[in-house]
Amino acid sequence: MLRTTVSVTALALGCLLVGAPEAQADVMEAIKERGTIVVGIRADYRPYGYLGPNGENIGIEPTLARDVAERLGVDYEFVPVVAANRMEFLQQGRIDLMIATMTDTAERRRVVNIVEPNYYSSGTNLLARKGIGVSAWEDLRDRPICAIQGAFYNRKTQEEFGANLIAFTGTAEVLTALQQGRCQAFVYDDSFIQARLQEPEWADYEMPVETIDDAPWGLAVAHGEDNFYAFMSEVIEDWHRTGKIIALEEEYGVDPIPFTRRMHEEFSAN
Amino acid sequence: MDVIYDWFRQLYIDHGINLTIVYDRFDRNRMLGGLWTTIKLSLTCLALSVLIGLVGAWLQGARSVLLRAVVQGYIQFFRNTPPLVQMYFFFFALGSLMPQVRNEFGFTQPMIDNYTWAIISLSFFAGAFNVEIFRSGIEAVPKSTVEAAESLGYTRLQSYIHVVLPLAFRVCLPALNNNLVNLVKTTTLAYAIAVPEMLYVANQIWSDAVNVPEMMTFLLFAYVALVGILVWVMRKWEQSMALPGYGR
Repeated sequence: MLRTTVSVTALALGCLLVGAPEAQADVMEAIKERGTIVVGIRADYRPYGYLGPNGENIGIEPTLARDVAERLGVDYEFVPVVAANRMEFLQQGRIDLMIATMTDTAERRRVVNIVEPNYYSSGTNLLARKGIGVSAWEDLRDRPICAIQGAFYNRKTQEEFGANLIAFTGTAEVLTALQQGRCQAFVYDDSFIQARLQEPEWADYEMPVETIDDAPWGLAVAHGEDNFYAFMSEVIEDWHRTGKIIALEEEYGVDPIPFTRRMHEEFSAN
Repeated sequence: MDVIYDWFRQLYIDHGINLTIVYDRFDRNRMLGGLWTTIKLSLTCLALSVLIGLVGAWLQGARSVLLRAVVQGYIQFFRNTPPLVQMYFFFFALGSLMPQVRNEFGFTQPMIDNYTWAIISLSFFAGAFNVEIFRSGIEAVPKSTVEAAESLGYTRLQSYIHVVLPLAFRVCLPALNNNLVNLVKTTTLAYAIAVPEMLYVANQIWSDAVNVPEMMTFLLFAYVALVGILVWVMRKWEQSMALPGYGR
């Protein structure tokens, strides 16, 4: 549901911005001249980007953004963005770089310049009560499992894994139903589940299965910024090579996801 | 059957009309399940709401002030709140206060499930209207008729069942029809608490197959048919109860 909304918004934005002029000057030069890099990050997506006790931006992505600033030898400035405006901010030049939990899609690539390789990824997993005895997707057979109406993995959960699906319209209803014991687990995006597991009220819950239907996240620069793109591409490769993202995941209490582990193996091998 | 399935599959390929509920076995079974849930939910709520209406209208004429106040309070509560809000309230707020039972997996869960809450909420919602509908019929029965029954030794309950109700029914059937038709359509709200009725199933199918216009059209026709059957039955009933010289 979230993804659908986001991709529809992205598509609409894409149509709006097709005629927008592309940046002419090299943003790398501009950043160095200014002495500051402006990065769009999330402030509402724990643990990827959120606010600390004193209102400072912390999380995995702000830390990565600071690393970029350090490599460029400049200061950093954070602009909080949300899913609905992050690509516009980049297009309009209000931010130089966007690291904001954005799933990489073909529609979005038309709007912004998503840097390869992808730096992160999220897929489908379960938020399950501890001790229900589920360790593989196949264990869901005939169990009451909560979901969000319209999510693309609902059918698979029912058809392939045989779960007895109970789907609500929003996450708040689902989480309430889960806490009331109306279902044993919630099938949803693993990044959302990771965020919940950080909160004390979900201490009795876990993510018991392997993530499926993985889709990569991309950080992005504006179209036409080829120098900056090349620079960021190398930075991401270096993050993967040195295992920086895995270290950050551990620092923020997230079990390193298969994607980051795989990328680390790939890039550290050659 | 395969010929039909292939024809619908070809319809999608040739004309882009994607009726997965015909040719896709999983979607077909889901939709049949949804249709069955809608029918079960509708019939149960129809019966219960009429019963609530009858009892409520009877209690409205009770001598006890307390009883009358209770009925009035019930009507105000259910008639003045949106059924969707009631559904959420019952399921999430009231449901969590109910006793817990241990399920087959060894965990506790609330005793009353979403389907039962939907029945309770919808029946009481339509029932509140039915009370008032029956009252309109009861008040249309001439006072002299009731007095005649009393003079023949009928108790209040006897005259209610044998004299007042049969006449009142005939008067209020058109209004009752309206309310029951509304009730069948209101069952779609149960999707909010995850009761797998037709709208809930259609919503999931059009999310999977991206065939929103087809499923919307199907839903409309399905409800036209369901309500059509109900109206036809009610019409037959009305005709069979017609008294010469009374009403139509």
